[in-house]
Amino acid sequence: MTYAASFRVWRGDVTGGDLQDFTVDVNEGEVVLDVIHRLQATQAGDLAVRWNCKAGKCGSCSAEINGRPRLMCMTRMSTFGEGDTVTVTPLRTFPVIRDLVTDVSYNYDKAAQIPAFNPRPREADGSHRMQQVDVERSQEFRKCIECFLCQDTCHVIRDHEGNKGAFAGPRYLIRLAELDMHPLDVTDRRDAAQDDFGLGYCNITKCCSEVCPEGIHLTDNGIIPLKERVVDRRFDPLTWLGSKIGRRPKD
Amino acid sequence: MELERHEYDVVVVGAGGAGLRAAIEAHENGARTAVVCKSLLGKAHTVMAEGGIAAAMANLYPEDNWRVHFRDTMRGGKMLNHWRMAQLHAQEAPDRVRELEDWGALFDRTADGLISQRDFGGHRYARLAHVGDRTGLELIRTLQQRTVALGIDVYMECTVTRLLTDDDGVTGAFGYWRESGRFVAWQAPSVVLATGGIGKSYKVTSNSWEYTGDGHSLALQAGATLVNMEFVQFHPTGMVWPPSVRGILVTESVRGDGGVLKNSAGNRFMFDYIPDFFRKETAETEDEADRWYDDKKNNRRPPELLPRDEVARAINSEVKAGRGTPHGGVFLDIASRRSAEYIRKRLPSMYHQFKELAEVDITAEAMEVGPTCHYVMGGVEVDPDTEAARVPGLFAAGEVAGGMHGSNRLGGNSLSDLLVFGRRAGLAAAEHALKRIDRIALPDEALADAARAALAPFDREGGENPYAVQHDLQQTMHDLVGIIRTAPEMEQALERIAALKERVANLSVEGHRQYNPGWHLALDLPHMLVVSECIARAALERQESRGGHTRDDFPATDAEWARTNLVCSRAPDGSVALTRQPLPQMPGELAEIFEEVS
Repeated sequence: MTYAASFRVWRGDVTGGDLQDFTVDVNEGEVVLDVIHRLQATQAGDLAVRWNCKAGKCGSCSAEINGRPRLMCMTRMSTFGEGDTVTVTPLRTFPVIRDLVTDVSYNYDKAAQIPAFNPRPREADGSHRMQQVDVERSQEFRKCIECFLCQDTCHVIRDHEGNKGAFAGPRYLIRLAELDMHPLDVTDRRDAAQDDFGLGYCNITKCCSEVCPEGIHLTDNGIIPLKERVVDRRFDPLTWLGSKIGRRPKD
Repeated sequence: MELERHEYDVVVVGAGGAGLRAAIEAHENGARTAVVCKSLLGKAHTVMAEGGIAAAMANLYPEDNWRVHFRDTMRGGKMLNHWRMAQLHAQEAPDRVRELEDWGALFDRTADGLISQRDFGGHRYARLAHVGDRTGLELIRTLQQRTVALGIDVYMECTVTRLLTDDDGVTGAFGYWRESGRFVAWQAPSVVLATGGIGKSYKVTSNSWEYTGDGHSLALQAGATLVNMEFVQFHPTGMVWPPSVRGILVTESVRGDGGVLKNSAGNRFMFDYIPDFFRKETAETEDEADRWYDDKKNNRRPPELLPRDEVARAINSEVKAGRGTPHGGVFLDIASRRSAEYIRKRLPSMYHQFKELAEVDITAEAMEVGPTCHYVMGGVEVDPDTEAARVPGLFAAGEVAGGMHGSNRLGGNSLSDLLVFGRRAGLAAAEHALKRIDRIALPDEALADAARAALAPFDREGGENPYAVQHDLQQTMHDLVGIIRTAPEMEQALERIAALKERVANLSVEGHRQYNPGWHLALDLPHMLVVSECIARAALERQESRGGHTRDDFPATDAEWARTNLVCSRAPDGSVALTRQPLPQMPGELAEIFEEVS
């Protein structure tokens, strides 16, 4: 069952680095993260990697495996042939700190800029009543484990560093969609979605949905409906006129 | 020495449910508050909690109330819980859940649009507010987003290595940035420990690398005490196959939602393991157990939903008796009992986890499961109302605190514990800070000493690899201080721990200070060792079996031990000292609850 696998792991820091070759044992049922841990324990004690739960729930161990953005803890070695070389590199969209660890502060900065959740008051008995069908739309986006693989794969920022200021990335567009669809929230973030978070930059290639380990339909269920809501508001002439003469409510 | 310095009123160590809830409360009470956490914000171990938050909201069963929850909690802990913590927890949990909704949480709903509640082991009524089987993620994300909205300072990927004190109490904390290895000190009159548990000292565990017992150890070093350390919960259902995923949690919700445990002969063996203590409230036949899911008034709970200690011991016995699965577990079967659609809806992440990691379709076949080290009931001894430790200015909440769960924690009571006592700790820490704020300083010598200790592994050449020492410690605790314990084995464990301490004093690490996991582990190992020693010493001393502590040589509960807590402290020579302390006695009006609710 055990075999010796060929691994190439990027090692280095902000000043540069390269792929290093390792031969390392692999046992039945193991995932890429197990092999990285074995490298740490036996060959490279200072190999830097983020991880926490090792069960696909925390979204810490994101990397690019043979060029594809993936969670190392959910990538089984059995998906590769025993003779294949497995190449592990850090997320390319973010600045490298060391080895497989990148500086993901871009994401935390964007999160902090989103106007906070703002609920309507509780009902007289102190509760909030919502129907299951109404909470499920936002619940899909709250499944997000913030692994940032969608951010990593999105070409708007992957290939154009200069867009990072104007564009929040798919993770935060679905956060905006989540708040927009939240049954209790009363803040309108549609202008902000377009003007501050760059909704218009997304040209719905759906790469983000493809790499999402939680299977969230970012584009179909989040970003496209949000675009439609923004368009309704901005470009429907009747809505526009109504809002100008004060006869039509905000929505 | 290059050192980054900050001043706050309250520093919270840990950014799981308890830490974030404490920080929010401290901030809202006017304290300048910082959170320091070892991982990125939102990755703390709380994220792994699956089943739900226990709170007697009575959304499905109007009969439920805090008194029933209190009773269930105390009985689940085999009456060793601090009664006052169990009372506050049961009384305040519903409000703590409701306020999460005000901060954006979206729980699953009842038909009336209220928060839905699910069945869990040891709880008389369906009581766990939940979101599918990813409730911990919802909790952490809600608190994370609230923390960010309030603008609380968060020091991410930053490890605290020492608490700083003077004669009057806490003065701050010292640590390093994981990214750069540079040192940082926080001057603060109040420090809240919310560092979680100790599972990384065990080989098979559901816990992440962060669970090194560092909070327990920091508290001990600072002069605080630890209570109930012998009680370690082995969750009955961890994955057992393939080997690389051994220990990963399989939520109790599988059983709460109808799953049953079977041995290799296909028998529902839990009916053979109903203890007298729970006989009156447990179903005797499979028919009665199956009816209970829909009619709780006229039927009793299935034995699969006994408290976790009972179920874990039963699984252990079945496997030892040769009735286990091919990979040394038992079968957990929901496929034959619920529709595929129901399973995918209620247990989406379990479905995903087994599909991806074990190539098992849980809607079509049974899971293989076995016990995994999951939770430490023991922790910092605190005042129930304020979570204050014995050192002024030091507070502890969540898993790192002790007393709330007695000898065994009920599922669902952890997330509610984080919220109830996180809030109380944050409030008390903010109040304490007001009294001390202008009267503390961080002496240079203490800071320099902390820095020297942290860098020591780099100064040694040719010493041992920290990963090898960690491996040996995990094997020792697994083999000798595990789910079933005997005196000779624990004595042997203590000898091995003493030897491991010497090896830890001689560790050396390669590379430099920037994001170096080998160095980080070298600094974690002393914490893991001292906590392991506390567990082994207390477990050796307690000559009875109760909750999460099972002695093969003392299999029964003992009336004298029922009134006794074991407290660990740091002796002047640095070793662990153990003292016996009487269990706090509950007032008469609470004792009556055990008569009125049968």
